[in-house]
Amino acid sequence: MNLRARFLLPGRVWMALFFAAPLAIVCGYSFLTRGDYGGVEQPWTVENFTRLADPIYLGILWRSLWMALLATALCALLGFPLALFIARAGQRKNLWLQLVLLPFWTSFLVRTYAWLFILRDTGLVNTVLMRLHVISSPLPLLYNGGAVLLGLVYNFLPFFVLPMYATLERLDPALMEASADLGARPMTTLCRVIVPVSAPGIVAGSVLVFIPCLGAYLTPDLLGGGKTVMLGNLVQNQFTTARDWPFGSAASLALMLASALLLAALMRSRFAKELM
Amino acid sequence: MKSRALGIYAAAALAFLHVPLIILIVFSFNASRFTTWEGFSLRWYRAAMSDPQLSEGLMNSLIIALVASALATVIGTLTAYGIWKRRANTLSGSLYLSLVTPEIVTGVALLALFQWAFRFFHLHLGLGTVIIAHVAFSIAYVTIVISARLSSYDRSLEEAAMDLGASEGRAFSRVTLPFLMPAIAAAGLLALVVSFDDYVITSLVAGVDSETLPMVIYAMARRGVSPVVNAVSALIVVAFGAIVVVSQRLQQR
Amino acid sequence: MPIVLELRSVLKEFPGHRAVDNISLQLERGGFYSLLGPSGCGKTTTLRMIGGFEQPDAGEVVLNGAIVNGLKPFQRDVSTVFQSYALFPHLTALGNVEFGLRERKIADRAARARRALDLVQLSGKSDRTPAELSGGEKQRVALARSLVLEPQILLLDEPLAALDPKLRKEMRGELKAMQRKTGITFLFVTHDQEEALSMSDRVAVMNQGRIEQFGTPEEVYLRPMTRFVAGFLGAINWFGKTGVRPESTRLAREKPDGVPCIPGAVESSLFFGNRVHVHSRLEDGGRAVAELTLEQNHFAEGEVVWIHWKHADELRFE
Repeated sequence: MNLRARFLLPGRVWMALFFAAPLAIVCGYSFLTRGDYGGVEQPWTVENFTRLADPIYLGILWRSLWMALLATALCALLGFPLALFIARAGQRKNLWLQLVLLPFWTSFLVRTYAWLFILRDTGLVNTVLMRLHVISSPLPLLYNGGAVLLGLVYNFLPFFVLPMYATLERLDPALMEASADLGARPMTTLCRVIVPVSAPGIVAGSVLVFIPCLGAYLTPDLLGGGKTVMLGNLVQNQFTTARDWPFGSAASLALMLASALLLAALMRSRFAKELM
Repeated sequence: MKSRALGIYAAAALAFLHVPLIILIVFSFNASRFTTWEGFSLRWYRAAMSDPQLSEGLMNSLIIALVASALATVIGTLTAYGIWKRRANTLSGSLYLSLVTPEIVTGVALLALFQWAFRFFHLHLGLGTVIIAHVAFSIAYVTIVISARLSSYDRSLEEAAMDLGASEGRAFSRVTLPFLMPAIAAAGLLALVVSFDDYVITSLVAGVDSETLPMVIYAMARRGVSPVVNAVSALIVVAFGAIVVVSQRLQQR
Repeated sequence: MPIVLELRSVLKEFPGHRAVDNISLQLERGGFYSLLGPSGCGKTTTLRMIGGFEQPDAGEVVLNGAIVNGLKPFQRDVSTVFQSYALFPHLTALGNVEFGLRERKIADRAARARRALDLVQLSGKSDRTPAELSGGEKQRVALARSLVLEPQILLLDEPLAALDPKLRKEMRGELKAMQRKTGITFLFVTHDQEEALSMSDRVAVMNQGRIEQFGTPEEVYLRPMTRFVAGFLGAINWFGKTGVRPESTRLAREKPDGVPCIPGAVESSLFFGNRVHVHSRLEDGGRAVAELTLEQNHFAEGEVVWIHWKHADELRFE
């Protein structure tokens, strides 16, 4: 075996054993049936998949898609101007970039917990508002879709800003100068030149936000209580409390399929370069 | 005019990103357990340090993170180098896929694998399974960091080494490896952070007696908000921040 | 002189095109040889096959009488100076030069390395890293690094390409001197015919994977064997199948007797300091350039002239 093959062996073995094989097992389980004590047994069936078409589960799927879409749209709207600012920051570009990314590098759990601390009934917002006598009883800021959305946007905003910044930074300044030279005001230049030309970055950033949001588990779990159930929560629930591994596997596959399809579509599209 | 509006917006956005963490840290020094400020105190830090669950969680997390990141760094570096020498599409594809796969899916899949495998081996979920899982998802991160460094590496350097009498292996160890050192260190730190912070996958494959720090924090957060969690969070923020700054410096060399 | 390198019907194909098409070559020990040709002619591929970085699809590479086809670069007693120099950035100049000696576990490598650096006149810079060296200095380190191993043959892949023109001209003389001094056989790849002609004992002119001519600089310039070689080695005026070099081309106001000639009209004159290139347009629309001294040039733009040359200066091809 030559050097290269030997070097690639550990990676290949590890990925085969601990990535491919587990997924294969999940695939297999998705076609089996739940045993009486929570195990997995025959007969082979497609019931798990047809069960996903149940209104309850379709609702969860729909909510996940909708949440991911909203979170992505918000990240794009909020992240684009931020990325633009950093790209124009001249000498201190890197400093601003580090500042934006710094919260991202702290623990995901901690970041989500922070909002728990701020939004709960006895949390900071409510305490301050009550002290100022703006409200007399606490606002239910937590344990709803809004809190989950906030958590998602907060956690994944940097995922959008980074590729967006990379694209905007490479933008040829001559394009904007040409636009001004031809009579366009700054706002027009923004809409008719900058946004279209940086579209690949927008698409790449959006996909990088959408996919993890679709499969989010921790954020809806902590910030949504039991009420905002997304696909990730469904899967976790089936594999632990409900002990219905076959159905959980089917749901996992649905989630994976959605993510993989989206990514494949992106890779094949003309926006693929931006992700590299 | 537009620049000023943009600047104001950027400041607001940055505040949005940083303020929640700052609040968390500030209130970790609050003498009271409520959200009304009642004076500066270190009691929550003292409580955190003397909590046995937290200590055990920390110990487990450290062991797992150190072992997993070491393994992942070695495997990831070898993988990135092998791919750089000549493309390995299936392996690259599976690594990218592992990055995009939702954590919950990777977690349940590994759980399924372990439970199935334990029918044949007399083993159970514990530190070992967590380490295996962490290595599995960290390899991709390490590979990306090393690959990025290799993309700016002049191939003729290894050819020159071989031309001067070094075998392929010696060309790697005498010329390429020194070049990669900063990136390897940065990737190792990245793997360390990623492993230390993981909750979703870890909670699924950890079993009953190997709780990691995130698992302990999660349980505490679920029970209600405790300032002890604030204190631990503050410590984590500072520790991670320091590691990341060092990692960035290394990558810029 | 004994043959140090032989290529026997060497062939190399890449998907889509044949880079090296059945070439054969014999190089004698101690000579300075060039592979000359336009980009894409296969000269670099040939060099890499000698160095061991590519394998021929057919034919043999023979070093000192032994076939080396299957041998890896580190198993061949051949050394390459790369176009980008490929100096190891984490080692000093001295460390770079010592590299090969260390692989061979040679004892007094520091001393030998210093001598090699002396040879290329870089004695004072042995502690510098490549980042601290200029382009010309890097090139010398690369040279020293290869020469210190005393290879059977030294391969140079367009080593002067990255240098500025003045430095390039200086380095030509130095390279030639170094080759003479060490006695090591040099094989130099270039697309610059001035370089090849000025430095080499013999030149192999390559085109589309084939060697069109292998001869001394005088031979390839004055007695080219193919139309391509004639055109590549210097400027040339084509009159049908006959070629005449500008320096052999003259202009006259009246039709001269007894020499081949053709009518034309002067278009422009380009002044080069010590000579003038006069461009004329021919009746059939073609052009001819005459290289004249300042005294010979008394022609004005638009003037009708007779372009003439000596029969002996003609280069004829079928």
